[in-house]
Amino acid sequence: MDIPGTYVFDIPRARRGYGFNRMAYSLQDPANRAIYLEDELAYMRRFELSEAQVAAVQSRDWLTLIKEGANSYMLMKLGATIGVGHYHQGAQERGESYEEFLATRNVPGAT
Amino acid sequence: MGKIVAGIGSSHVPGVGRAYDLGRQESPAWKPLFDGYVPVKKWLEEEIKADVAIVVYNDHGTAFFFDRVPTFALGTGDVYPIADEGWGPRPLPPVPGDSDLSAHIARSLVEDEFDITMCYDMPVDHGLLTPLPLLWSHDPEWNVKVIPFAVNVLLHPLPTALRCFKIGQAIRRAVESYPADTRVAIVGTGGLSHQLNGERFGFLAPDFDKEWLDRIVSDPEGLTKLSHDELMLRAGAEAVEVIMWLVMRGAMSPEVVELHRNYYAPLVTGMGLISMVDA
Repeated sequence: MDIPGTYVFDIPRARRGYGFNRMAYSLQDPANRAIYLEDELAYMRRFELSEAQVAAVQSRDWLTLIKEGANSYMLMKLGATIGVGHYHQGAQERGESYEEFLATRNVPGAT
Repeated sequence: MGKIVAGIGSSHVPGVGRAYDLGRQESPAWKPLFDGYVPVKKWLEEEIKADVAIVVYNDHGTAFFFDRVPTFALGTGDVYPIADEGWGPRPLPPVPGDSDLSAHIARSLVEDEFDITMCYDMPVDHGLLTPLPLLWSHDPEWNVKVIPFAVNVLLHPLPTALRCFKIGQAIRRAVESYPADTRVAIVGTGGLSHQLNGERFGFLAPDFDKEWLDRIVSDPEGLTKLSHDELMLRAGAEAVEVIMWLVMRGAMSPEVVELHRNYYAPLVTGMGLISMVDA
């Protein structure tokens, strides 16, 4: 089934996203987070990201990363490292500003 | 003999853990969520007095990466560390296990033809940790032992809703064949409606959530007929994890009595809470 605006994480998608996801997974180690923040591109080169994934990370283009196989929870781990909240990422995936997104919520203060 | 003494369904959301750690239980935005847990925690401590909680949850690419993904994984350790999901570990004590009961459950499940991955040394993430301090105390140590039971709801194909229900029934058989008089609560976590990817990020379905809370009590076998596609379409891609509540429900008797219920959907997740005992 194809649900519009939805990227079901299955084996082909996990295969496509493997390099990015492996990199984001490594950021559970605080030492790796420090190395990442020192030189983002050099850190990414240690993993087998596609060029499209590298460019999307550099431009903070979360929807493209999802389309390139990123798993949402791995986006969260990267976001935790670089200080971008998951609701900010989600707002951008929806094509909205953070403020526009919060205005669609029942209790915008529960962030 | 071992006995299932309570069943609980609860969402697990990282933001709830953060609000808890920051002491926001009384803030207007969070009070409607935390207040729902207060009577359940009191009931668990004063009446249920469980020795062990089997917590059915999913790992979020924390202990397991996509290089190898177990469909069903049972914790068999004496202690489970608090994971660092990227923000640093939450300020909670490590979670004590019950390795003897885990070993019995593992044997019983496998003899019952439910094959599982056995995990002796495994950090636990917000899937397990979000509801735990809302249901049990941890100052300075946890007042319950925990057996993590992880279900793959990340990498499709996922186990079916019916398979989850059946493995819950097998967990009940395992607990009830345990020689010691151990009192076991079982917690199904996850959901309710939410979607965390794509242009449909933030999808909520309060009608589905209400129906789920009703039918998890009255019609669990009906819920086992829902396909993953149907769940994702009606409630959001990540809402498919509600199938983990069916593991809990399968471990309860066919008829149950609902004792507590709460629902709050402030942002991107319909957060449900329900408690039940065998009728």
